[in-house]
Amino acid sequence: MDLATLWFWIVAALFVGYFVLDGFDFGVGMSLPFLSKDDTDRRVLINTIGPVWDLNETWVIVAGAALFAAFPEWYATLFSGFYLALLLILLALIVRGVSFEYRHQRPEVEWKARFDWMIIIGSAVPALLWGVAFANIVQGVPLDEGHNYTGTLLDLLNPYALLGGLTTLLLFFTHGVVFVSLKTDGEIRERARKLAVRSGLITIVVAASFLVWTGFAFGTAWFWGFAAVAALCLIGSWLMNARGAEGWSFGLMAVTIGTAVLALFSALFPDVMPASNDPANSLTIANASSSDYTLTIMSWTALIFLPLVLAYQGWTYWIFRKRLTREHIPAAAH
Amino acid sequence: MNELLDPLLLARWQFGLTTVYHFLFVPITIGMATTVAIFQTAWVRTDKVVYLQLTKFFGTLFLINFAMGVVTGIVQEFQFGMNWSEYSRFVGDVFGAPLALEGLLAFFLEATFIGLWIFGWDKLPRGLHLATIWATAVGTVLSAYFIIAANAFMQNPVGFELNDEAGRAELVSIGEVLSNPVALAAFPHTIAGSFMVTAGLIIAAAAWHLKRRQFADAMRPALKFGLWLMVGSMAATFFFGDQLSLAMTATQPMKMAAAEALYDTACGADASFSLFSIGTPDGSEEIWSLRVPYLLALLSTHTLDGCVEGINDLNAEYVELWGPGDYTPIIWITYWSFRWMIGLGIAHTLVAIVGLWLTRGDRLPKQKWVWNVAIWSFPLSLLAMSVGWVFTEMGRQPWIVFSLLPTESAVSPNVTGLEVLISLIAFTVVYGVLAVVEVGLIIRAIRKGPPEIGEPDPESGVVKPTTTVY
Repeated sequence: MDLATLWFWIVAALFVGYFVLDGFDFGVGMSLPFLSKDDTDRRVLINTIGPVWDLNETWVIVAGAALFAAFPEWYATLFSGFYLALLLILLALIVRGVSFEYRHQRPEVEWKARFDWMIIIGSAVPALLWGVAFANIVQGVPLDEGHNYTGTLLDLLNPYALLGGLTTLLLFFTHGVVFVSLKTDGEIRERARKLAVRSGLITIVVAASFLVWTGFAFGTAWFWGFAAVAALCLIGSWLMNARGAEGWSFGLMAVTIGTAVLALFSALFPDVMPASNDPANSLTIANASSSDYTLTIMSWTALIFLPLVLAYQGWTYWIFRKRLTREHIPAAAH
Repeated sequence: MNELLDPLLLARWQFGLTTVYHFLFVPITIGMATTVAIFQTAWVRTDKVVYLQLTKFFGTLFLINFAMGVVTGIVQEFQFGMNWSEYSRFVGDVFGAPLALEGLLAFFLEATFIGLWIFGWDKLPRGLHLATIWATAVGTVLSAYFIIAANAFMQNPVGFELNDEAGRAELVSIGEVLSNPVALAAFPHTIAGSFMVTAGLIIAAAAWHLKRRQFADAMRPALKFGLWLMVGSMAATFFFGDQLSLAMTATQPMKMAAAEALYDTACGADASFSLFSIGTPDGSEEIWSLRVPYLLALLSTHTLDGCVEGINDLNAEYVELWGPGDYTPIIWITYWSFRWMIGLGIAHTLVAIVGLWLTRGDRLPKQKWVWNVAIWSFPLSLLAMSVGWVFTEMGRQPWIVFSLLPTESAVSPNVTGLEVLISLIAFTVVYGVLAVVEVGLIIRAIRKGPPEIGEPDPESGVVKPTTTVY
């Protein structure tokens, strides 16, 4: 395997990390109106991700930087081409990120309600649009000879891509709700478990249709392999949740999202951004990647530091492994 | 109308706006993380409750500010691809590497350990918990280093080779990129400046309470700390700023000439530095100025008889090198931003020096206006820092990467002016609203003062801090 191909899979791995981790953050954010009866409930929900949402979100920064460094052409085409979609994602991440910290700074009900909405919308918009973006990448977009995107925002909102968006939205939602049932105790845990059973069913139907559509249109042997694992894990996750085994359910959900992302990358390989109008204009691993020297430097850095990062991030999750209940939420100190 | 929808102009405004805005929060993040770490270290070593109070008090300010720094930082990375795709294609091979290093080495560290610090008060042993804030602080500084190294490549491209076939710059030495002389001077200059800004905030917060004669036990040491931090970091800022102007003169002589609006090459006594000048608004003609002879020669070359090349001579040289064109930045912006940077920084330091004199021994001034000066001087160094970045970035024009890629060739060719305008308006509105919210929260947190800390444990004599919960 040459270095550029290696980096294609490292980029894929970084997006797996991002969607598995920030995915449940988005889900918890979106679940606020469904799982909470009062402010204390909402604080329980937000505190389940409090210590980790920031490090989870950092994965997209690192994935973006890796894309920039390893595949500048891909980065340039993708980011300028999907301009308005990325703008919406950015605005959503901005309002969502500040809301976690700012929500608890004042006691007024309206103040908190405003930030709750920002968390809900700020979680739902990226959850939907990341799926739209990745479906469009797999499907291919019109590119000119300079590899510039020649379509519009509306071209990105085609039925296949919207189904992809709906799939990530539902996957992340269920992922987050399962996470809540794993990280809380008492009534809210029960509510989350029941909601995950219901949303899990819808997720299975939508995700299956998206994977089948992708498979018949763009499938490769590797795609079908990963997609099959994803499908089995999704069903397994649902069954485990129905039986009350939340840890297994969450783990299988993480594998589902991870393998689904890998399936999409396999469908893409060896292109990175296929041109739907003329295959000659497609961006491939070969014509989009950086020089061997740059990739070598980055490979060594990743080899040394990625395990370290995984170790201290894993340790963080270990430190905050205890379930939260309403009793852990002190009365507001204002 | 067409001019209004020029994607290049709008993309430049967007870069300026989002970058300066992001950089309002970055200096405070850098300086405050270390400040909080220092106070927490003092608490762990002495068990004095007052240091724990200060840790929590400034920790709150830090976190309110940190949230804005994080979310506005993502925009920075995304907009290279969104607005400047030709730039990204041209330099990605070189410029992407420090960004990726930043992510792996610095961002992950910062983001992970900040979570452990906020929520780990009752879950980690004291020493380990202290280590988490230091890890966060180290992450913020490392992060600044990689970003400044990336920026230094735009000012003084090194460690690359042009690949004409691929039409891009390719990295040949990561070592050279990371040890770019411009980066080596700009990094400590920026870090020291960040500590000035933080010191300004500490002074203002402490002064607000001391003016009202409240929380004096905690606020007096905080004030002293802030004053000394300001004076010390100003000295470092000045020293490394001088190093930076040497590096700048050597690598970007046009920027130095533009900083002084020096049109004709001057040597020795003629290479004077104008402290103040009244000229035509475009800076092309001078009506009156207050000048210090030799100072410009000294700043630029560290010799009295050195020569500083003028704008006209440099432009003639550049025309020879790169063909006909105007290679000058907008002179009035570089001239005034350079002066305001220095002037505001010095003004803020004078406040701190006078403050140290007025609070010597056990003294605390009684006059209200003295305290008001301490409170309202807070923006001085923050503004100095902002105009400093304006100078750095505008002084590089018309190049996006000096001598390699003109800014006008770097913009995304397929992004319409309308799209950039939409995003510019969206960012302006969201950033504007959040600025109001953030300033409100900071003021509120300052007014609330340091938190009550419970009684120490009778056996160990140690206070057990309660953990933070959102």
